[in-house]
Amino acid sequence: MATVADTRPEDDLDAFRGEVKQFLAANFPESLKGKGNAMRTVEGPGEETAEETSWREAMGSKGWGTPTWPAEYGGGGLTRKQAKVLEQEMAMAGAWNPIGGMGVMMFGPTLLEFGSEAQKKEHIPPITRGEIRWCQGYSEPNAGSDLASLQTSAEDKGDHYLVNGQKTWTSGGQWADKCFCLVRTDRSDKHRGISFLLIDMDSPGVEVKPITMISGMSPFCETFFTDVKVPKENLVGEEGQGWTIGKRLLQHERTNISGGGALAALNAQPLSKIAEHYLGTDENGKLADSDLRGRIAEFEMAWNTFLLTARRAMEESKAAGGVSEISSILKNAGSRLGQQRAEMLIEIMGFKGLGWEGEGFSEKELQSVRGWLFGKATTIYGGSTEIQNNIIAKRILGMLDHQ
Amino acid sequence: MAVLNEEQTMLRDMAQEWTKNESPVKAWRKVRDGGKNYDPAAWDAMREMGWTGVIIPEDFGGSDFGWMSLGLVVQEMGKTLTASPLVASALAAGAIILGGSQEQKGKYLPQLASGDLVGTLAFDDAERHTGANSATTVSGGKLTGTKPFVHEADSAGLFVVLASDGVYLVEKGEGVSLSKRSLTDQRDHAEVTFTNAPADKLAGGDEDLAEAILDRARVLTGAEMLGMAQQVFDDTLDYLKQRTQFNQVLSSFQALQHRMADLYTELELMRSAVEAGLQALDTSFKVPEAACIAKARANDALHVISRQGIQLHGGIGMTDEYDVGFYLKRARVLEASWGNSGFLKDRYAKLGGY
Repeated sequence: MATVADTRPEDDLDAFRGEVKQFLAANFPESLKGKGNAMRTVEGPGEETAEETSWREAMGSKGWGTPTWPAEYGGGGLTRKQAKVLEQEMAMAGAWNPIGGMGVMMFGPTLLEFGSEAQKKEHIPPITRGEIRWCQGYSEPNAGSDLASLQTSAEDKGDHYLVNGQKTWTSGGQWADKCFCLVRTDRSDKHRGISFLLIDMDSPGVEVKPITMISGMSPFCETFFTDVKVPKENLVGEEGQGWTIGKRLLQHERTNISGGGALAALNAQPLSKIAEHYLGTDENGKLADSDLRGRIAEFEMAWNTFLLTARRAMEESKAAGGVSEISSILKNAGSRLGQQRAEMLIEIMGFKGLGWEGEGFSEKELQSVRGWLFGKATTIYGGSTEIQNNIIAKRILGMLDHQ
Repeated sequence: MAVLNEEQTMLRDMAQEWTKNESPVKAWRKVRDGGKNYDPAAWDAMREMGWTGVIIPEDFGGSDFGWMSLGLVVQEMGKTLTASPLVASALAAGAIILGGSQEQKGKYLPQLASGDLVGTLAFDDAERHTGANSATTVSGGKLTGTKPFVHEADSAGLFVVLASDGVYLVEKGEGVSLSKRSLTDQRDHAEVTFTNAPADKLAGGDEDLAEAILDRARVLTGAEMLGMAQQVFDDTLDYLKQRTQFNQVLSSFQALQHRMADLYTELELMRSAVEAGLQALDTSFKVPEAACIAKARANDALHVISRQGIQLHGGIGMTDEYDVGFYLKRARVLEASWGNSGFLKDRYAKLGGY
């Protein structure tokens, strides 16, 4: 299958850069500059303004929201180098990618690898245009870290499956159009009894209840399936292949978690600057609280070390042509440091860093509080710290399985 | 580890091969039991392999391979606790490269490159490192002061001395006296007293010459610590895989698996920090910050890994017969060298303007 990438010579990058500049000048509204909101997936989509819609449609028509996906399914068909150029030019223009979510980050890449031709034709294009929202049906009340013990069943009824059970921690379930789901098709085999099924969220028998979290937000839902009929053609791969496919999808998730954390802090103001504002400095220009000053320095050094490690993992992976072993430590190290930063941030702000709502607090202060609470999830989801440690001990250090 | 170029890979492989075969921990044990500073035959071999000239420009008899390359050799020596004045002498050479006149470079660098001369830094006035400050005085070209803990002092023929108004070169001899200080690592340390010793100022370099020299000391010491941490970790992991209790190998216990996973994470973060420090010295990019990060990380990671190394070996780790204790004792000496983590946090904050 010929994609645009195959026919476009690599050294044509300058011409491509010109094309991107032109596109951005013509389509990215000045008023949306720097307004990309990463919290949107957490807080909900809200109402799209007319300008946001036209920006999303413009990016979608080019396939540039999913720049390296094949053009035949609506992706940009760009080479990695071209995608880099696109990213650079967008950053320079203050433009942001309006097409995201779990369809882009996790489901799309997985379907491109395991889906049938018909499934890719049906599901990938709407993702590239940002028209369809996907959610993840993995965890269950009794299947968290031990995900493979999941019980939601899909019973073979000839031309369809009959799905019964409950999923939880369904991110964005209340706004999703479709769900990629791990279901049990065989009770006799823990891992090979799992299948990967796509379910329309508006099917009869699907019920979604948002869960209010300690942060006061409801980014996650409980999802109930009661005698939900799902067409056979919505099975991805073979029956029993769900665990393999589902694990591959999790790799995409972990990459996104550690990468996203690093990006968030790169853009954030250094803690020392924030502390100067709240604490003031002594006659030598040192932060007034010497203990906190030491801990901030320690944190900033540790954070830099994490960024250096992320860079090293990338360079090693590139040189070796495979994923570097140290990639496995990035999730634990990054999530731990992110939480540490959030704790220090609210400590620096004193009572203003404990505001729940209403008057007396700046927007930033209130966000810091919610962010601190929401961030507790990062060491739990996407494979908890403990699960990551199991993986490191077993796969990298070759320590025996304790089970 | 960092992606290496061809000459670095060769150097690393050569160092790995040599330390493994010619200078295992057993060799250090022999040096210690013989009450020596180092094995002269081993030092000769290092000189022949060109390790004494790795950071010295070709014009002065070195190979100019850079700090990253030297760091690779030093890591391997750290792994097997090879005793030698290699690190100290390279730091003295580094000081002369930074601040020496053409004449000083011509006089000392070729000898340091060949290893005919050993140099070392004599900076700290007291038992704790407090940065580039000293009460040592120089008057009429004569230097007076006491440096209570100088590494490789007995082996050294040239001291790079920090005084109140700059950095000086002092040759061993007239006005220089030594009193041995036996520290827990049982290596070569001494109190060095300078009494009107002839001194030659390093007049070049930036006004931060002393700090720039210290930054190199921090990073290169970090490289030795990285090698040590890697070895303690590997030895401990091996031990857990072979030791059986309750009819199970220890490595099958999850409590120990998770502890090792945490230590592995510390070790790899340390590696990134130290390698970045070495790279910073080669590119001269943000050296003060990179040196703080490298040494502070090295301090903290080696500290916890050396402690856990003993704990995870159990009682046998407490014996002199086992190697792990050597690493613990050397670790603390290096942690105290050129800035403990408390000092480095303060320095990093100052560099950041807070």
